[in-house]
Amino acid sequence: MNSKINFSKLFKVANIFSLIAVLISILFLFFKGLNYGVDFKGGTLLEVRIENKNIQIQDIRSSLNIPELGDVNVKEFGKVGDFLIKFEKDANENKKFITELKIIISKKIGSAVNFRRVESVGPKVSSELLKQGLTAIALALGAMLFYIWIRFEWQFSLGAIVALIHDIVITLGIFSILSFEVNLSIVAAVLTIVGYSMNDTVVIFDRIRENLLKYSKIKTNEIADISVNETLSRTIITSLTTLLALFSIFILGGEILKGFSFAMILGVIIGTYSSIFVASPVLNYFKVTQETLLKDEDI
Amino acid sequence: MLSFTKIKVISIYLILLLAIFFATLNLKTNNLIDKKVNLGLDLMGGSYILLEIDTKPLVNQKLQSKVIPIKKLLNKNKINFKDFKISNTNISITIDKDKQNKFKNLFFKQQENTINNFITEYNKFELDLEFNQNKALIQFSNFGLISLNNAALKQSIEIIRKRIDDLGTKEPTILQRGDKRILVELPGIDNPERVKELLGKTAQLTFRLVSEDDGFGSEKLILSDNNEELIVSKRVVVSGDNLVDAQPQFDNQSNQPIVRFTLDRLGAQKFGKITTENVGRRLAIVLDNSVISAPQIRESITGGTGTISGGFSFQESTDLALLLRSGSLPAPINIVEERTVGPDLGKDSIDAGIFSLVIGFILVILFMFIKYKIFGLVSNVSLIANLLMMVGILTMLEATLTLPGIAGIILTVGMAVDSNVLIYERIKEELKTEKSIIHAFDTGYNKAKITVIDANVTTLIAAAILFIFGSGPVKGFAVTLGIGIVTTLFSAYFLARHLTSIIVLNGKNWRFFNL
Repeated sequence: MNSKINFSKLFKVANIFSLIAVLISILFLFFKGLNYGVDFKGGTLLEVRIENKNIQIQDIRSSLNIPELGDVNVKEFGKVGDFLIKFEKDANENKKFITELKIIISKKIGSAVNFRRVESVGPKVSSELLKQGLTAIALALGAMLFYIWIRFEWQFSLGAIVALIHDIVITLGIFSILSFEVNLSIVAAVLTIVGYSMNDTVVIFDRIRENLLKYSKIKTNEIADISVNETLSRTIITSLTTLLALFSIFILGGEILKGFSFAMILGVIIGTYSSIFVASPVLNYFKVTQETLLKDEDI
Repeated sequence: MLSFTKIKVISIYLILLLAIFFATLNLKTNNLIDKKVNLGLDLMGGSYILLEIDTKPLVNQKLQSKVIPIKKLLNKNKINFKDFKISNTNISITIDKDKQNKFKNLFFKQQENTINNFITEYNKFELDLEFNQNKALIQFSNFGLISLNNAALKQSIEIIRKRIDDLGTKEPTILQRGDKRILVELPGIDNPERVKELLGKTAQLTFRLVSEDDGFGSEKLILSDNNEELIVSKRVVVSGDNLVDAQPQFDNQSNQPIVRFTLDRLGAQKFGKITTENVGRRLAIVLDNSVISAPQIRESITGGTGTISGGFSFQESTDLALLLRSGSLPAPINIVEERTVGPDLGKDSIDAGIFSLVIGFILVILFMFIKYKIFGLVSNVSLIANLLMMVGILTMLEATLTLPGIAGIILTVGMAVDSNVLIYERIKEELKTEKSIIHAFDTGYNKAKITVIDANVTTLIAAAILFIFGSGPVKGFAVTLGIGIVTTLFSAYFLARHLTSIIVLNGKNWRFFNL
């Protein structure tokens, strides 16, 4: 069975939709910003397990009413009695701080507390990590651009990059809208999304190139249409198997991987969409024809 | 594409067997080949601590030590000077213009220069000298700062290693990171707070006399026991550098924990002299600008050993002895990043990670079997081989598996079938126009090849960049993702293709496969 969906008719609607989504994302990123974790903002993160399971989240909040800590954020984390605490103070300014804090909390709530995870990042390191993360994403984009440019034409490379930026901006936009925490693992997720979305785009581009060389009379738009249809079942199957794996991490992989797998799930869905509805029409906008490809081969 | 030479077939399965062999090494301890996948700190529990040395005080200290030699040099060579001033970063002296050249020549003398060291490594002097009107400004040159910094960093790493080894931590990692930082990884420690305290202490020990008058050459320090303010001479009688050993002990009479120290010969001599001359006075034992204790000298101590008591708990005396044995850090050290995972959380993470891996794996396998029937089976066999090879290569490289690393494996499972899907979908298309099934498979594999390579190279680029820029757990993710791509290409293009060729070439069954 071969699908015959008229994608080129949908391109316009899809592009307007994408444009709106990107604009909304940018607005959110600009005005609301991202909820940076301690990796990028500095401060301290504690994953605690409270022995007495009857202790409520507000008990913990009030036990942390210590001005020195700065802005405190407490949330439930997976099982009953597990909480995630974040505060602005860098715990390493004072080496006994964590030990003292543990005693204070357990005294105030009247239950033993187990600090299962402690992460504290100083302001200098956090800004470096943020810079590193951004550099990594920019470099990945650059490297992809270069690879596609070598393997295809510059128009393809532009199409792919437009699709990638679209994916990253919308994924981060959704993180901003939902106030989900952005930390190091989200950067890893974004980079993987970049790889995945590119992967998807390349498969379709490969087919477009092949079809452009095969049919000289058909318009680029229709070629894109044919190519997307021909590769559609692969696109869907691969996205499905990847999503199966990702949902299994998201649901069963534990709290720490939740944000990471959520970003990846978003990325795979958006990336699949963009390789069909963003990357391919770009080729048409740039008037890629058989001649574009042949011209290059003469050189 | 469907024909395989014998050598090719043999090598494919040999490589596979080798990888599987390595994968099985993780099951039990093997004495012959001791290779295993290491668990990252996030899975095993432990601490990741990033330390940064602060060389500012060191610069000042080094400049201080130049003051007397410079003054001596000026006096000896009859160069008149006034307004000798020292700040945190420089020394300024007023010198007449006609003497400036002479000073400059002496200051930059290549041989036997005790003030301004010539750093042969960079071919530069350690200090810079600039004249502005009749003012001479002396400060560290960039190369001087670098060499000072490097020496301090190296020495700090040595001392930190001693302290950690002394604690008995198993398999610690201590590495230099950049030019100011030290990375310490301590797997499976139970009390990171104690370690942090031990790592961060400068542990500069000095014995100094307590003086009566609050004059020049003395400073006010606090006795940590009872907050008594003491006036302590700045002159150091004996310092920690003269220490050869320190051990925690219990005092015979009071049964209090104390630290017994042993001095080297020079230290013992000085200590003997001072204690003989100052019987009755108090001797302050100063650690990092706070007085641990200030006992009265009752008799001269010439044996070169003594004890420090300061109302310690046993733990405190053990730690103090450890710090004194390892020596003092050349510069203060700060913790700039810390990540600690308790062992129970690590175990929970492994359990959840492995469980989700198994479930994800089963889901993908079921999906592929339902979708592609017998060829789904082929793809599943290659997926299992893929997983085993990933573990095998991770073992061979003795790579570190982190929680994101497990996520990388699961992701690879999801994406690995892509190559097979691409190929099968291509074959399906070829089958529409192609009468010969063998031919269809052949062209299908051939045409899909370029796409498969293009698609995987892009992911590989992302993995490589993650590996270079990522730190800790994220790096683990990049490793598994990257290895996953290589094994995926191998299993799709060699193993699965060979299995497919057996099915297709043996003909009869191809109708089963409902592409």
